[in-house]
Amino acid sequence: MELEAKSVDRNLLLELKGDIDHHGARNAMREMELAVDAALPRKLVLDLNGVTFMDSSGIALILWAQQRMQLLDGSLLVCNVPPQAKRVLDAAGISRLVTIR
Amino acid sequence: MRTKAINEVSLEFPSRSCNEGFARSAVACFAAQLDPTLNELEDIKTAVSEAVTNAIVHGYPETIGNVQIKLRVCSGNVLELVVRDHGKGIPDVEKAREPMFTTGGEERSGMGFTIMESFMDQLTVRSTPGKGTTVIMKKKLAPRVNRGQ
Repeated sequence: MELEAKSVDRNLLLELKGDIDHHGARNAMREMELAVDAALPRKLVLDLNGVTFMDSSGIALILWAQQRMQLLDGSLLVCNVPPQAKRVLDAAGISRLVTIR
Repeated sequence: MRTKAINEVSLEFPSRSCNEGFARSAVACFAAQLDPTLNELEDIKTAVSEAVTNAIVHGYPETIGNVQIKLRVCSGNVLELVVRDHGKGIPDVEKAREPMFTTGGEERSGMGFTIMESFMDQLTVRSTPGKGTTVIMKKKLAPRVNRGQ
């Protein structure tokens, strides 16, 4: 999987692309941590538009981002979730914890 | 009781995480003969990804061992999927199946079994500490209106 970061005015947009599984998520979490720590955003947006597959590794990634943004007193938005990834999030009840649009 | 298989295939590969994608694709290829909908195919891929990841992360945490997948097409348009490892095993299967329970650290969500349960029709987990874990899943695929035409 790939991760592309765009930071404007303490808003950080992270575009996730490819398959988010355990194999890819380990590096993605490290890259995400670096991007968030460099930008210290008020608002973090995870754009899943380019995600071709996601399993529960993606849930761990999103919950990590949520915790990190709570520590920074900021907010997290997850957007453009493809149908397969949405079913994974719904099965885990993640929409109760995280803002998804 | 085991139902008779119409078609079956076995796969075996080392527990390297790069094989997770291979396992998903291989299972999807085999499942294609049941003429699944896109949603059904994605559900099957997601479930196999969870089971194989469990074998890799929890079955063989310190070593590389073999992961086996057996796929069977059974009568009534049912796909049976068995994922087996000969690794560490799970001391308390019931506990492991609880949502959010994980021994895997922050990069694991503890939702693997919950997702397998919700995406497949039937989930059975057998495990013996020190001997390994077997996950058996079944999914009945919806008959297509235009099947065979």
